[in-house]
Amino acid sequence: MSSFPTDLRYTPDHEWLKSQGTAWRVGITQFAVDQLGDITLVDLPHVGDLVTKGQRFGTIESVKSVSDLYAPVSGKVVGVNATLKDAPEQVNSEPYAAGWMIDIEPTEASEMSELMAHDAYTKHVAAQ
Amino acid sequence: MDVLRKTPLHDVHRQLGAKLIDFGGWHMPVQYTAGTIKEHKAVRESVGLFDVSHMGEAYLRGGKAREVVGKLTTNACESAPVGKAVYTLLCRPSGGVVDDCIFYKRGDDEFFVIVNASNQNKDLDWFREHASVDCGVDDVSDQTALIAVQGPKAVAMVDRLPGDKAGTLSAMPSFTFTDAEIAGVTCVVARTGYTGEDGFELACSNHDAVKLWGALLEVAGPLGGLPIGLAARDTLRLEAKLPLYGNDLDDDHTPLEAGLGWAVKLDKGNFLGRDSLLAQKASGVERQLVGFTIDESLRSTARHGYAVMENGATVGVVTSGGPGISVKGAIGLAYVPARLAGVGTELSIDCRGKSVAAKVVSGKFYKRAKV
Repeated sequence: MSSFPTDLRYTPDHEWLKSQGTAWRVGITQFAVDQLGDITLVDLPHVGDLVTKGQRFGTIESVKSVSDLYAPVSGKVVGVNATLKDAPEQVNSEPYAAGWMIDIEPTEASEMSELMAHDAYTKHVAAQ
Repeated sequence: MDVLRKTPLHDVHRQLGAKLIDFGGWHMPVQYTAGTIKEHKAVRESVGLFDVSHMGEAYLRGGKAREVVGKLTTNACESAPVGKAVYTLLCRPSGGVVDDCIFYKRGDDEFFVIVNASNQNKDLDWFREHASVDCGVDDVSDQTALIAVQGPKAVAMVDRLPGDKAGTLSAMPSFTFTDAEIAGVTCVVARTGYTGEDGFELACSNHDAVKLWGALLEVAGPLGGLPIGLAARDTLRLEAKLPLYGNDLDDDHTPLEAGLGWAVKLDKGNFLGRDSLLAQKASGVERQLVGFTIDESLRSTARHGYAVMENGATVGVVTSGGPGISVKGAIGLAYVPARLAGVGTELSIDCRGKSVAAKVVSGKFYKRAKV
């Protein structure tokens, strides 16, 4: 079982968030990456798009499957990792760094408190 | 909970760090530590080892074996020369496909056959139903391991291993087989595969599987070879446009619809399904399995079960699909009405609510370079 970084917040859908000033950086966890296998396509929204917690903001395709990416919080997209368009394999190799997906500036502060800390997420994964 | 079946190489897969999944009741490696894309490329560029011991094997033996095999198969398996391996369909009287498989002719009174794992019981029942007193069906699946060695370096690599036929296996023509000892293991060596590459499939006793796999992996490693999981097996076979039973072939589609007319010898004498296939050939097929590509720029992948659309109505279905790994864009197979089956026809595929343009293409998606 992989261990998860302690400085991140997590969702039950296996996304991570990292504070970047006023914005939160979003990616998927090693657990999600292990489930997906080799990633072949990542489709992301555009800077300026609005996303709603729990709604689809993009898709991720691996050799064997396609999955939706769900917004972990509501807000405005203020950054997009454009390098994933040509190098989706970065999500496999560095899910917490070069494999990041979008930066969201949250609009609903209350939603932030619903995110899981490292130990809660570790338990969540162990129960899968 | 059902206990998953294990091949004799199960522990070896664990030691190699394979991710094991439930594959039709078998605990099988879907990928190893390298991952699907690297495994796929290793087979295209060097050599890969596949444990396909989950597949079923049987012998049909007896004075009527030739007659029974002739009745069961659409291809001319029964009249092939001894030592020949023949790809064939097993058809129902309706023309629907029971399975696709390879028969290995050992003599007029002895045929070996390898069938799909998922159809093992169905096929064996089918054989027994149509066999006779003078043709016994001996299911050896539980004693037999099967290792595929595939890739441009596969044949020379296997031929260099010590054995009673070492140095001569490279001369075997495609779709032939021989009994040989390789690295101290008695094998049936067939120049066949399911990847679009040259190579062998080696059947041996379960007891010898670990020894044979070890000997192969030891020489494959320095060549850049890898053990290959089922995920790459699927991407490799799709690029080579080799059908997968359960996806592209089933009881409801005929070999003619699947584009496998070359493996149906309507003039060979009577066989199960012949009347239906003759009638279908005369009237023409209404639907056809076609290969399609989706341009890379569309950033879309069509997968098994996606609908082919025409003027808002579903007119066909994708049976296999995924990203090309050795070819650009996405590739797949779909059953479409005959009017849409022409090469170059633009198809519209519903990829999760998005209408994506695909183009009908002929032949294999990936063709290996001729040496």
